[in-house]
Amino acid sequence: MPTDIQRDILVVGAGAAGMYAAIAAARQGASVLLVDKSLIGRGGATVMAQMTVAAAIGEQAPDHWSKHLEDTLAAGRGLCDETLSAILCREAVDRIRELDAWQVGWARDKDHIRQVMAPGHSVPRCVYVDFLNTGPAVAATLRKQVAHSAGIDRVSGVSITDLVVNDGRVAGACALETDTGRQITIAAKAVVLAAGGLTRLFERNSASANMGGDAYALALKAGAELIDMEFVQFFPIGHLAPRLVGMDPIMWDPFRYKLGGRLLNGDREEFIENYGLSDSGSYTAPRDAASFAILREVQAGRGTPSGGAYLSFEHIPEEDLRTAFGPVIDRLQKNGIDLSRAPVEVSPIAHYHMGGIRVDEQMQTRVKGLYAAGEAVGGASGANRLSGNAIPEAFVFGERAGRFAAKDLDGSTGWPDAKATADLISGPQGCGKNDAIHPVRCLAELQKLLWDRVGLLRDAAGLNQTLDRIRSMRNEIADCKPAHREGFTPGLQEWHDLSASLLVAETVTASALERTESRGAHQRADFEHSDPKQARHLAATLADGRPRITADTLRTIGN
Amino acid sequence: MNTTQYTARITVQRGTAAVPATLQDFEVPYRNGMSVLDALIWVRSNVDPSLAIRYSCTNANSCKECLVRIDGKTVYACTYRLPKDGVTVYPLGNKPLVADLVTDIIPPKEKLSNLLP
Repeated sequence: MPTDIQRDILVVGAGAAGMYAAIAAARQGASVLLVDKSLIGRGGATVMAQMTVAAAIGEQAPDHWSKHLEDTLAAGRGLCDETLSAILCREAVDRIRELDAWQVGWARDKDHIRQVMAPGHSVPRCVYVDFLNTGPAVAATLRKQVAHSAGIDRVSGVSITDLVVNDGRVAGACALETDTGRQITIAAKAVVLAAGGLTRLFERNSASANMGGDAYALALKAGAELIDMEFVQFFPIGHLAPRLVGMDPIMWDPFRYKLGGRLLNGDREEFIENYGLSDSGSYTAPRDAASFAILREVQAGRGTPSGGAYLSFEHIPEEDLRTAFGPVIDRLQKNGIDLSRAPVEVSPIAHYHMGGIRVDEQMQTRVKGLYAAGEAVGGASGANRLSGNAIPEAFVFGERAGRFAAKDLDGSTGWPDAKATADLISGPQGCGKNDAIHPVRCLAELQKLLWDRVGLLRDAAGLNQTLDRIRSMRNEIADCKPAHREGFTPGLQEWHDLSASLLVAETVTASALERTESRGAHQRADFEHSDPKQARHLAATLADGRPRITADTLRTIGN
Repeated sequence: MNTTQYTARITVQRGTAAVPATLQDFEVPYRNGMSVLDALIWVRSNVDPSLAIRYSCTNANSCKECLVRIDGKTVYACTYRLPKDGVTVYPLGNKPLVADLVTDIIPPKEKLSNLLP
């Protein structure tokens, strides 16, 4: 029995990385199936990006990609895969130019693309689209390019539940259409995983509902390696209170930078410099250190009523606020927020995952024909991502993954018998007890658990307790797969999502336990200092259904 | 804290293309500034996980997936504030109904059925 759909390349996830991969593969003449569990170009992290995109185009001030690389490696706390970081910084320039040619609308001054400073950068390097519109503009531009590329079929509302590997080479995937309950098989000679990160696993996050770690779970189950899974970036000043709707919770960063917003504790005192950081006015404290300082203030009983810090613009004249915020000031007013009269409360929130799927320079995993792109890839940012590097990472790694996947289509073996293979991979059929688990509540428990014990500050006791609980949750849900039935099937979809999230959460927790030091975004209360001997990756693979963590050497340039 | 003690009513149209529509009331703990989507997510977590609503970005008004109908107007559930005196939420009237508040908003060129025999 043949598969339902056959294409050269299957791209999983249609944010910037997936759309770029599809465009690049189609440019090589490949036939591409671009699939998103949400809507193409709308459901991932890209469309939520508001501001900065780093690239050494040197229009605002002299710059070179090697300087961008230096800043990226410094932010990464000695843990970057330098080969990937170098590719990112070098090719970001080409991709930003290409987006410009596609009329994304980078903000400009008279004769050049405007570039602004951002924390951790040595020169003004970050381009953007006004006002807070970088993500939507990028997504719309890439959607248009995808639509105009010959050879790309787009499918929304379909989630990939398992990859199929045959003789060590990826051969396709099993998928589920939520609205209809249709289960389908897809044959592909190569697969690009571009389904983003895992920040939704934490209670406080800036993620879309799709950032539950799907890409990592699919990669692990297919036999690929993950690295650096213990490194979750917490964005220091995510919006906490009052309730703000219709705005990305990470919106404050550029304004704080532009205007010099003051960060204050619950006693209305500045505190960042008490932690050995220099921040006042210039806002250059790195993300990992700033997050940690806020956490320490809250723990010391000096937090705000909602458990964070104050961000105050009260000292800025009202007309300056309006100039800087533009129409955003009106949207804030609709939320009952008047920055000239009162501060807002902010808190670190899970924002980005540094860890991810291990790839070579062609973005290929150790499974032949299986590629990864965007946030799903691990290594380029080491232990802490430089601000502005996420969108270029999506562009650069997406373009490469699509291009190299399309050049390597020989040797694929296809599916011997689609139906039999799919049945085998999908595992036990549903138990029929469709109400036996409550996926929404299970996810909420997992989010709280990870936030409390695998978040900003970790220790062995909390990590071990978390591992025990995650393992028992995995056992509980393994026996409760909802039975398949025709029609709208959110239950089965959520069961797959939850299974993936639990596997990935176990991997993050086990990695965090294994790293007995503090470095970048990974802070251990029981190991407060960096250990030079641990300047190496931790790799994760799947063995008998459980993540296995092993130490692995660091890839440096020239090594 | 911006938490208060009282609850607000949210009435939701339930049903699918095959099952006739009914209205169901839920009481939701009210928080100042909360959105209709906040209330629907609370219902799914605490009362009835089978309540169907489509959303992705949750908060940022960027994915455009949570479109519903309130007072005859098409609105985003993520940016529409939950009124203290309650609200009734319907699925979009101009799209095929999938279930409860979920309608088929997938663009015609992005449908799986295009690729199947």
